[in-house]
Amino acid sequence: MDSHNIPIPRLLLKATLLFVTLNLILSTFNLLPSLGRLTLYNWLLPGRQRLPYGDDPQRAYNLSLYNLEAMFASHELTQAPKAEDEYRVVVIGDSSVWGFLLENEDTLTAALNAAGLRAADGRQAVFYNLGHPTISLTKDLMILDFAMDYDPDLILWPVTLEAFPINKQTSSPLVQNNAPRVRRLIEEFDLALDLRHPDLVDADFWGRSLVGQRRNLADILRLQLYGFMWAATGIDVHIPEDVELRAVDLEPSEEYAGLLPPALPAEALAFDVLAAGVRRAAEVPVLIINEPTFVSEGANSDLRYSSFYPRWAYDAYRVLLQSESEEQAWDYVDLWQAADSQEFTNTPIHLTPQGTLQFANALIAILHDLFNLQP
Amino acid sequence: MTLTHIFIFAGLGLAGGRFYKTFSRGWLLFVASLLAVFWLQPASLVRTLPFLLPAASLGLAATIWALTLPEDYRGGREDRWAAGLLGGLILVVSAARYVEPVSSLLAVRPPGPEVAVGAVLLISLSAFIAYRLGRGPGVALNGAVLLIVLALVIFKSPPLAAGAGGFLRTLTGQDPGLASAFDFGWLGFSYIAFRLIHTLRDRASGRLPQVSLRDFVTYIVFFPALTAGPIDRVERFQPQLHTEFILGNEQLLAAGRRLVTGLFVKFVLADGLAFFALNATNAWQVHSPAWAWVLLTAFAFRIFFDFAGYTHIAIGLGLLFGILLPENFDRPYLKPNLTAFWNSWHMSLALWFRAYYFNPLTRWLRTRQVQVWLVILIGQLSTMALIGLWHGITWNFLAWGLWHGAGLFAHNLWMQFAKVRKCSLNTRLAQPLGVAATFAFVTLGWVWFALPAPEDARRMFGLLFGM
Repeated sequence: MDSHNIPIPRLLLKATLLFVTLNLILSTFNLLPSLGRLTLYNWLLPGRQRLPYGDDPQRAYNLSLYNLEAMFASHELTQAPKAEDEYRVVVIGDSSVWGFLLENEDTLTAALNAAGLRAADGRQAVFYNLGHPTISLTKDLMILDFAMDYDPDLILWPVTLEAFPINKQTSSPLVQNNAPRVRRLIEEFDLALDLRHPDLVDADFWGRSLVGQRRNLADILRLQLYGFMWAATGIDVHIPEDVELRAVDLEPSEEYAGLLPPALPAEALAFDVLAAGVRRAAEVPVLIINEPTFVSEGANSDLRYSSFYPRWAYDAYRVLLQSESEEQAWDYVDLWQAADSQEFTNTPIHLTPQGTLQFANALIAILHDLFNLQP
Repeated sequence: MTLTHIFIFAGLGLAGGRFYKTFSRGWLLFVASLLAVFWLQPASLVRTLPFLLPAASLGLAATIWALTLPEDYRGGREDRWAAGLLGGLILVVSAARYVEPVSSLLAVRPPGPEVAVGAVLLISLSAFIAYRLGRGPGVALNGAVLLIVLALVIFKSPPLAAGAGGFLRTLTGQDPGLASAFDFGWLGFSYIAFRLIHTLRDRASGRLPQVSLRDFVTYIVFFPALTAGPIDRVERFQPQLHTEFILGNEQLLAAGRRLVTGLFVKFVLADGLAFFALNATNAWQVHSPAWAWVLLTAFAFRIFFDFAGYTHIAIGLGLLFGILLPENFDRPYLKPNLTAFWNSWHMSLALWFRAYYFNPLTRWLRTRQVQVWLVILIGQLSTMALIGLWHGITWNFLAWGLWHGAGLFAHNLWMQFAKVRKCSLNTRLAQPLGVAATFAFVTLGWVWFALPAPEDARRMFGLLFGM
């Protein structure tokens, strides 16, 4: 057609209609999970060894996003169905599992894989890092729920007191931005969480449109693009040269999560979420691990173990977790002192490579005893 | 230019496009260009510099206009209006400091009226002196060229730019110890300087047409081409301001196509490739030759898409205002030899250097009875070295320029050899082989361009070839 004769208003009308239609389709049919599964990882690019997370994307070649489908699609776990000779172990948990301030080769799963453990039937144990650097048992449950699709043989679930308070369950952005999934878990396992908790973000009709989802769509795209540098360099974390170490001298406060000594009521802690995880795993054994934590010997260390925990609260938590585990017949191990105090980095739960190795060695002994995994 | 700038410029073009019968397109472009110089200028840590640098761009344009006026030129009402508007708008921009929503449109709050009045007086004085000098000997024109080149050298040389930044920091009562080359982010000056030199040289050779102040300033700081070119010629640009123009379907579609193409190429392709294109940081993080080639190839396409995308956008915006800017790229990576590549890569810059450096230099060398091969060698090496240095006066841009100069010379030798020996490759093979070889040569050359430090480039070449 001669460009003189092209009716501009009709052209603009068609473009507008197309744009509106695209928005309506995305709003009506939630296509984001399906779009999240479209990935360059595990075919063009190698899968990531840990879930996407990045405070400094341009240096870490990694970024934080909330689309679990996209996160899992980029992970090596989803590369292929489990091999016959593989004994699959997924490790869920917080930033200490993910490996905050640690290179990939220094994480807990890397240390466990390096041990070359085998199951009693000869299958090679392969440990997958499904930690995510936010602390919430509900977030862990959500990841466990997702990981069950990938046929694990064993689930390791390192936890710490910070992940337990009921009022912190929805503080993880990953939980907040996956409201429908969290609500399903609340209903399915009858969790003591409010279905209408204001933290849980529900996108309205416009929020689900192409315009409303532009940030999420861009994140999916950026995850693919950062994959090239991940593949080229193996870098997925930026470790600053100067890291402020965890506090040794502590505040003279005994308050914890709004509670004061002596009582740490069990109902303030989300044991029901742990129970839900074990139920969701069904036949797959779950080993709950109280992960190492920093014990200070500085000022006010008679009151507190660390900036995270007053002594009374942490001690009470250990007792509660132990008794709950016994009562529920959970596989549980308390490794709170498995790493030396000098091996903690910027927080009372983040470990150096050496500290991680100490934790892994303690865990390997447990895995041998409980699950007959041996080198 | 950000997306916001582009959409607002496009909106202005669409809004004004059908009404040029009721008001002048020339005045609209003049005023819009004056304001855009301030609006597009990025922030600087040196106080007042984001105001003074755009004012300096306008001052230079007015001064060079006055210097290049024909001897028999008698200014008219239009020039007086243009001069008044130029000075007035500088004062208006400065006054925006008192109107919060307006001042927030600029990179930093403009300085007080005393600075703006000082700038206007200085511009008036320099334009007046230039006007008087312009009627004198041609030495003033050459002197102006030298001064512009000197400013370009200071602006493009990191240590000199840092020194100038330190000096300006002292003047503004800031710590000169914190000065860096980034203080001197003079938006579009590389292009402004070359347009100004073009007019000065053409005035000296008697080729410069008579141009009013309004048209001259609009040509120098035409907002679609301010940030990334192309470098138009005034005799091509100015008549377009005076042809009757109404934004019709044909122009609208042509502009729309260029804008959509440019937006996609720049903001999707180039910005997407930027995630893994070679840079000084990732050059040390990559350890396999295969990935080094991927990163380098990504850089090659990223720089092309970035630049070509901006050119599409500039041409698209220009079309909305009835100005057809020159093309800058013509599928350069599909060219079968390096000479053809340089006839299709940043064409307006290459043409500028050909007109104002290469041709005069080679003519001069020939008059000195220099052997032909040496004329070509000197001409191509020095031209490409200068094109390299135009991007920044650092060793890596020099190396990049010399790389291409040597490549062009080698291609020239090969052409002569092939002509004498009457040897030629199978034509069906020659084309794809030539394209591949040229692309490989150009891509390897980008190592110099992407990596500022010699050690980085040395390591990267070693890695690329598995050494």
